[in-house]
Amino acid sequence: MALGALSTSGEAAVVARGLTKRFGDLVAVDGIDLDIRRGEVFGFLGPNGAGKTTTIRMLCGIMDATAGEARVLGFDVRSQREPLKARIGYMSQRASLYADLTVVEQLDFYARVYGLDARTRQEKVGGWIESSGLAGRERDMVATLSGGWRQRLALGCAIMHHPDLLLLDEPTSGVDPLSRRQFWDLIYRFADEGTTVMVTTHYMDEAEHCDRLAFIYGGRIVAEGAPEEIKRAHLPGDLLAVTAPEWMRALEASRALPYVRDAALYGTTLHLLVADAETAVPALARDLAAAGVRVDSIAPIVPTLEDIFVTLTGDIPGGGPDG
Amino acid sequence: MRAPPEPAVVIQDLSRSFGPVKAVDRVTLSVAQREVFGLIGPDGAGKTTLLRMLAGILNPSGGRATVAGADVHAQPELLRRQIGYMPQSFSLYRDLTVRENLHFFAEIYQVPGGEMASRTERLLAFSRLGPFERSLAEHLSGGMRQKLALACTLIHEPRLLLLDEPTTGVDPVSRREFWSILYDLNRQGTTVLVATPYMDEADRCTRIGFMFGGRLLSVAPPAGMKVQMQGEVLEIVAEPRRRALAVARGLEVVRTGSIFGDTLHLTVPDAASAEPQVRAALERAGIPVRSLRVAPASLEDVFIALMGQAAR
Ligand SMILES: Nc1ncnc2c1ncn2[C@@H]1O[C@H](COP(=O)(O)OP(=O)(O)OP(=O)(O)O)[C@@H](O)[C@H]1O
Ligand SMILES: [Mg+2]
Repeated sequence: MALGALSTSGEAAVVARGLTKRFGDLVAVDGIDLDIRRGEVFGFLGPNGAGKTTTIRMLCGIMDATAGEARVLGFDVRSQREPLKARIGYMSQRASLYADLTVVEQLDFYARVYGLDARTRQEKVGGWIESSGLAGRERDMVATLSGGWRQRLALGCAIMHHPDLLLLDEPTSGVDPLSRRQFWDLIYRFADEGTTVMVTTHYMDEAEHCDRLAFIYGGRIVAEGAPEEIKRAHLPGDLLAVTAPEWMRALEASRALPYVRDAALYGTTLHLLVADAETAVPALARDLAAAGVRVDSIAPIVPTLEDIFVTLTGDIPGGGPDG
Repeated sequence: MRAPPEPAVVIQDLSRSFGPVKAVDRVTLSVAQREVFGLIGPDGAGKTTLLRMLAGILNPSGGRATVAGADVHAQPELLRRQIGYMPQSFSLYRDLTVRENLHFFAEIYQVPGGEMASRTERLLAFSRLGPFERSLAEHLSGGMRQKLALACTLIHEPRLLLLDEPTTGVDPVSRREFWSILYDLNRQGTTVLVATPYMDEADRCTRIGFMFGGRLLSVAPPAGMKVQMQGEVLEIVAEPRRRALAVARGLEVVRTGSIFGDTLHLTVPDAASAEPQVRAALERAGIPVRSLRVAPASLEDVFIALMGQAAR
């Protein structure tokens, strides 16, 4: 499909067609199409090595595509890099901060890179320190900041120039549960102000917060849509939750049963994928008891995105790009 | 009667300061053989500093610790042979391939030749790095590199593992496979001490320690942690979620509120009295409530609540 016709719509923040990246023989991104609407929080999910970072780098104009094309905020990522860079904010997977600067110096550095004048700089830097909860740490050296604070600082650096599109690559990896929530509060705030956000994450509870999602696997998009749509479309069977005091034994016993297609642990609860919940519940109760495994409860449940992730990327019949 | 076996880790009043900052402040803890002990706490609580002292990499400023029978201060050589330590940023050899990295670490730790092949295959399988065994480490994605680091730590099957946020950036499927390897090692006798930001991982530990501001504030099995939480959790399904959250947070009875997967979790002092207030406020704001129930506290709720209690 030609991009020219789409780029005039003004509605899309990102349009990619047949976007491809090869490293030697390896096809890291394999002809993907993406459409991200303005104002949307778009989650980009997939297993390690699926091509998420590579895609984002191409969309930022940092890395050349081997084939295909992409328009970001109406700019061609190949030929219009400079104006594009002025309108996007990118936070890389390993945000490279300068360890020997203080928090304020770091923010100010980025504000200068984006050519803000002294007054705006001061306003922006002060504003971010206030709103991101960094107050009190202005003079701390970046090297001494722990995970959550570093991530907030890195986000601050990416938004100094008030971009229209934020590309966040695993912004919450290694961040504690409370900081993670606070970080998402910040993301929402930008979204509410009209900023488009594309974000990668391995936390499936975070993925539930996105307006729309795409799953990439082996360089190809294997599922796309709102979280609810994806759940409806991609689970090949019914899901049961089983709780048992000896959950490791229960897991092993369940895996041995022919009608259990997949068994996985969520914390200490088992999730079992079966063809039909109604027949499987009594069968399980019987078979686990016969195997000497005590069970507290067996109940059908609504799938979480993590169940879908396993289905889409695991070796489960009906899942995966070739399934 | 036989004497109980020596604990795997004995920590007595262990402290470490950096200038005026008490990164670890008089921590006392004993971890039994074959435990899987989880360390949780906010960023900067002191988990990494504690683990580094236990690995014999950082000297304590006070107190003492014995790990796998070795004194961390006096016997660092002995200590290092007994343990596997995975720091937060593990140094792989970027110019070696995946397989070469594994062999390199196997050699340092003198893995018997006959064991090499089967361990390597198993670790390549869990990490799904098999197809990449000939790729240079520097060409791997972030999560793939993390998994290779894990594999390198596990290759000598040490008696005690000290793991500092080992699954950061690792995808959900590999994360599980990693934990199933941990359990297998554990069943064969390995003791595990692991710091993690993932509450579902903490939930699988035999006991959890919550650190805050350098102190070890509480130690309990996961179920015991949940009991310590003051207040109750209301779980709400209401759309639009974000607006519902804003309304709920504005209420006096709501201590903390957050989005939890596709629901809202509110902690309140008393569910029975809070419920009608929350329901009324949402309805006043024109937000239909699809369901509202008292939910069992998850470890994530507990974490948030403990943070609030510790900060007060
Ligand atoms: N410079 C490079 N040279 C060779 N191969 C590369 C290079 N950069 C990335 N790759 C490969 O491209 C594939 C996709 O990597 P990418 O970093 O995009 O994955 P990802 O989805 O971001 O993974 P993660 O979740 O681990 O961050 C991987 O197989 C990786 O090894
Ligand atoms: Mg990546």
